Amino acid sequence: MTGLSLSHLSVHRGPCPVVDDVTLEVKPGECVGLIGPNGAGKTTLMRAALGLIAHKGDSSIARLSSAERARAAAWLPQMREIAWPVSVETLVGLGRTPHMGPAQRPGPLDRAAIDAALARMELAQFAGRRATALSGGEQARVLIARALAQEAPVLIADEPIAGLDPAHQITTMRIFSDLAAEGRLVLVALHDLGLAARFCTRLVLMHRGRLVADGEPADVLNSDNLARVFGLRAFMAETEDGPVFQPLEVV
Amino acid sequence: MPERVVSINLCTDQLAMMLADEGQLISVSMLARDARLSPMADRARAFPANHGQAEELFLMRPGLVLAGRYGAQASVNMLRRLGIEVVQIAPARSFDDIRANLRSVGAALGREDVAEVLIARFDADLAALAREGEAGARAVVYAPNGFTSGQGTLVNDMLAAAGLRNAATEGGHSGGGRLPLERLVTLEPDLVIRAARFGGASRAEEMLDHPALAKAMADQPVRPRSGGRYICGTPLVLSAVAELAAAARALEAR
Amino acid sequence: MSYSMLLSGLSLLTALLFAAALLIGPAGLSPLESLSALVTGQGEAAVLVMREIRLPRAVLAALVGASLGLSGAALQGYLRNPLAEPGLIGVSGSAALGAVIALQTGLAAAHVLALPAMALAGALLAVMLLLLLAGPRGGAFTLILAGIALSALAGALTTLVLNLSPNPYAAADIVFWMMGSLADRSFMHVWLALPFTLIGWLLLAGLGRGLDALTLGEDAAEALGIRLNRLRLGLVLGVSACVGAGVAVAGAIGFVGLIVPHLLRPLVGARPGRLLLASALGGAALLLASDIAVRMILPERDLKLGVLTALLGAPLFLHLIYKTRAEQGA
Repeated sequence: MTGLSLSHLSVHRGPCPVVDDVTLEVKPGECVGLIGPNGAGKTTLMRAALGLIAHKGDSSIARLSSAERARAAAWLPQMREIAWPVSVETLVGLGRTPHMGPAQRPGPLDRAAIDAALARMELAQFAGRRATALSGGEQARVLIARALAQEAPVLIADEPIAGLDPAHQITTMRIFSDLAAEGRLVLVALHDLGLAARFCTRLVLMHRGRLVADGEPADVLNSDNLARVFGLRAFMAETEDGPVFQPLEVV
Repeated sequence: MPERVVSINLCTDQLAMMLADEGQLISVSMLARDARLSPMADRARAFPANHGQAEELFLMRPGLVLAGRYGAQASVNMLRRLGIEVVQIAPARSFDDIRANLRSVGAALGREDVAEVLIARFDADLAALAREGEAGARAVVYAPNGFTSGQGTLVNDMLAAAGLRNAATEGGHSGGGRLPLERLVTLEPDLVIRAARFGGASRAEEMLDHPALAKAMADQPVRPRSGGRYICGTPLVLSAVAELAAAARALEAR
Repeated sequence: MSYSMLLSGLSLLTALLFAAALLIGPAGLSPLESLSALVTGQGEAAVLVMREIRLPRAVLAALVGASLGLSGAALQGYLRNPLAEPGLIGVSGSAALGAVIALQTGLAAAHVLALPAMALAGALLAVMLLLLLAGPRGGAFTLILAGIALSALAGALTTLVLNLSPNPYAAADIVFWMMGSLADRSFMHVWLALPFTLIGWLLLAGLGRGLDALTLGEDAAEALGIRLNRLRLGLVLGVSACVGAGVAVAGAIGFVGLIVPHLLRPLVGARPGRLLLASALGGAALLLASDIAVRMILPERDLKLGVLTALLGAPLFLHLIYKTRAEQGA
């Protein structure tokens, strides 16, 4: 199992469809970039796929019980909330919630997962710091580490790299593509089409709630789609360092 | 002799009803009709009731207003400014105060002779009742929220006349004031006279049913309750004294 | 300091204060006399003082204090707002209204559990109204404003009901309901409050995991397997039950649920789940200490407990408002 399969998924806000009849099949090992302009329905699609909001149609993850879902999929919301000044280690440890009973203390497996997530996000030296005292970018990385510590086969992330410095944007995307290479499924909403083109194995383009293109990055980011959906003209080339994409102007 | 006399205080109400001539008193306070507070409630119902407010009093065109020394000061000031004569009577703190208050109200009403008759009868009744208080039982009068009456109160004189020793006075209490429940229990009085309940509910009264108090009173042969007769200094306190004296005899007979 | 050390320390403190509460009182018994009366039952008056007056009072202080500390910590964790407190946001006031209605309508006399049940109903109404008004993420100022309105309304209605009572002492009880006191409480009151208090504790104690996860926000918590609807239900019922039961017998004592979690939060690494048990113990200790203080400061005057807790808590509250404002950069 542990693929993500959505069939005819729709979400309505009042009479308007925010997500309109989306059917999508993602397999383990894929790192799928979900792209589209503001208001295209990316966040709503992901929340519906997770079963966090009411929807029509079917999602293989939303179908699971609350506890099963938490072990199957990690969700990294766009809103970066850290309500209390807990330590970085504690915050990352919250990712282990689905694996522990109500009053259970973290076991060696949990410890290992927390340490691995901290190391992967280069946060080991922050472990004892108060999470709320970190910079915005650092907090974002701590929250990503939390999602990693969950060690779910599916990772769904909503604009996880917004606000990170360029180096951390690249390392984070590298981590996501590595996770996919390890056999996990990553679905990540992105605004940076350049990073999407470089690190995702597949792109899914949304426009006004509908899924309008789905395929290899080079195919999805064709000039027709760019003009029609984003209103952009861009430079795109395949280089020795992989695909390069640079928006040029608004059309 | 003033006409159209209005009383606005529970205690002056009773004194006025005792002393006034037929038709002289035209209104008493609302409280005077409340049997839980006023031993003359039935008689008070014969008079129109007032609520002690300057406006309604003024409209009664009173020739004299009788008020207490404390409380209602704003109304009293207003009435005086409107040119109405107000006589204020202090609450009685002893049997002597009862005599003095009878005289004061009697004088204000122009009924000094009636006052003297009542005082003479009061003294005679008191002498008939009064018991030797040397080896008397120890009693406490206990009111809601733990208030008690110690040295220098009317209740203190009432207990003494009934041949009881006031345990609160012995415990160092003077005047009114709170006697914490645990202090009361450690005083180990022979008799606790609790205030009568008013009906309805109040937390202030709830403590009078505290299990510790109930246990402390377990071997009391009688359980008198204090009430309206304990509030105002009038000759009517003697009926309460008689009841206390009966309780004292019951205790001694044990 | 480790979590288990903190809990042991707080338990020890509570136990010491409990013992002190038993030994201090206007009767002026010596400690030895007091303890021997309590344990052996020798000495009639001393036994009454110890077993019927001081013991229930100390037990109630611990029960009610624990309820208030626990409820404050739970409300704060759920709303992710350090200003949430049952007294400040009108929950205690509404519980007092429920209790007063039960007493004055005669319901409380007709059925023994009507008093705590009506207080619970008042608290329940208030919590639900607040969650409705302030939203799931209780924005600080919405919550406080809603709380002010609710407190004022509940206070006014409580006053009205007591003024309408045929009992002249009822009006004097207003101070008790608004400020709270443990004076002259008996084991009757302990048995009255105990069932609902225990139910409330059980409901709230189970929330730790969910409150921890809520640190990441509602969406993330739900995706971590926390069932928010159940969490909310547990919170609402738990807070209503234990605040309702406490207010029914001790009146509305404010600020305990604010002071205690605030002091203890740094000691539990700010984890909302761990704060629950710690705040329950801390609340018990604070109320025991306050009740000792009111007996020592003005032994003959029945100084209200809420006066003392407000003197401690209000400056802290103002400080928290200032800090919240500073954090929001306003």
